[in-house]
Amino acid sequence: MIEREQVLHVARLARLEISEADIERISGELSGILEHVDRIATLDLEGVEPTSHVVALENVLRPDTPTPSLPRERVLEPAPDPVDGAFRVPSPGPQ
Amino acid sequence: MSELHELTVAAALQRIGAGELAADEYFDAYAEATADDDLNAFLWRAEPGSRGAGGEPLRGVPIGVKDLFCTEGIETTAGSRILEGYRPPYTATAVRKLGEAGARLLGKTNMDEFAMGSSNENSAYGPVLNPWDRSRVPGGSSGGSAAAVAGRLAPAAIGTDTGGSIRQPAALCGIVGLKPTYGAISRYGMVAFASSLDQCGPLTRDVTDSALLLRTMEGRDPHDSTSVGIAPGVALPSREDLAGLRIGVARDFSHHAEGVEPGVAEVFERSLQLVAELGGEVAEVELPHAEHGISAYYVIAPAEASSNLARYDGVRYGLRAEGSGELVEMYERTRAQGFGAEVKRRIMLGTYTLSSGYYDAYYGQAQRVRTKIADDFASAFEQVDLILTPTSPSVAFELGAKTADPLAMYLSDYFTVPMSLAGIPAISIPAGLAEPPGGGSRLPVGLQITAPAFAETALLDAAHALERAIGFDARPGCAG
Repeated sequence: MIEREQVLHVARLARLEISEADIERISGELSGILEHVDRIATLDLEGVEPTSHVVALENVLRPDTPTPSLPRERVLEPAPDPVDGAFRVPSPGPQ
Repeated sequence: MSELHELTVAAALQRIGAGELAADEYFDAYAEATADDDLNAFLWRAEPGSRGAGGEPLRGVPIGVKDLFCTEGIETTAGSRILEGYRPPYTATAVRKLGEAGARLLGKTNMDEFAMGSSNENSAYGPVLNPWDRSRVPGGSSGGSAAAVAGRLAPAAIGTDTGGSIRQPAALCGIVGLKPTYGAISRYGMVAFASSLDQCGPLTRDVTDSALLLRTMEGRDPHDSTSVGIAPGVALPSREDLAGLRIGVARDFSHHAEGVEPGVAEVFERSLQLVAELGGEVAEVELPHAEHGISAYYVIAPAEASSNLARYDGVRYGLRAEGSGELVEMYERTRAQGFGAEVKRRIMLGTYTLSSGYYDAYYGQAQRVRTKIADDFASAFEQVDLILTPTSPSVAFELGAKTADPLAMYLSDYFTVPMSLAGIPAISIPAGLAEPPGGGSRLPVGLQITAPAFAETALLDAAHALERAIGFDARPGCAG
């Protein structure tokens, strides 16, 4: 069972604001999914190599040739608050 | 709808080549049809009269593109509020290659938000309706692409498949959907969900059109280091029998599996009879870890998603929550307002399983299961050339039927997830019609054919032979 405190902790890690009303629902849903997922916990896979990538590729190299990047103004265009060729963000607050 | 809307892409190209059909007329017939889209299949549509740059061999062919692919200057939302209004500064490689071959962008198709879903009900822009029965889902996450092709609003479309998102909607809509080998097509410009699994592929009316689109899009791309293409290319399918081929069926991972609807099992059994009639030899294989695919997938995919979706923070593109105060508060509010319930659920799940103390128990174990699933397929392919399964345990279900139970929704992908984890190609072709469990008009059932990595030509050839033998000619509104 995923407890209330764990839900709040994970939401903080994921930078997701969650409402008080949602905590219980999320706790129930995550617990249900993890209960199903836990079926693989009992498999004895000692010594089995984990797979992170399925195609046998190693050190994909390319010549280090400079190519043009996208123009700065095009990249900034979709930003919510572009200023002076940069992304403006709210203050991070007192550190 | 006219007779033009019934043509496959290959048939239309033949007419265009023979001077019997103008490419512009072909495109406009579809652009006019999408203007009356009552399936909510499209999020953006090209106007009739839009013209491309020309090119061969797909001259003038209108293509629906899942809204997960970046299209320069054209809104790309990934089905999410957080990207509403986003106009990318560049175009995805797969879309660019189609354009260079002469295809024209017909529209951007609706989808589950960030490709997370099996019913298209997770779109921030409303669900897509299944053209066979508008009270039912088209499947997901490429539901808009599948519904558009089945509903004669597009001759062909592209989608993405992370755990079944091309194959399952193709099955539920009665069309052909191909997930190529991981690495066959560049992922550059495809909004990332789970990077080790995501793969682009075609949704088409028949197997030949699937091959046509695949051979246009495949290839190594310097912008995606994991792309390798398919050597030595993809041939157009011509096979009419299965003589000399061994076709594997895994008893516990077939129509005998728990939860498979009787109608789906019946259609699957008929397909196995056809294999024998076509000269193929049906052989039993073992895939002992395939049943654990869903568990491994729902650790790996959300873990990768929680990392990939960290970029939506209100800084570089998309939504920023108003009046947010300081920086972290802005991140948290923006993501709370911009993401839908399923996306939040997966971010939470992925963040949890990757968090300190849980990483090896969940993510590490899931990656080891992934190895076992890939090994199972490799052993099976020492004995057989191809493996058959149903594509989906069920026919199209009713809107709302599974929205309250995330796990029930996830199990829709039972037969499609293991191939994604193993990175191997699989295609769904329409194999017949079946009555849904509660009764009602008959709905399409998909047959999934799986091949070893990079064996797309052999896969499409066998699919072509089966397609001919099945002779599926039902279509929405005329199920017979």
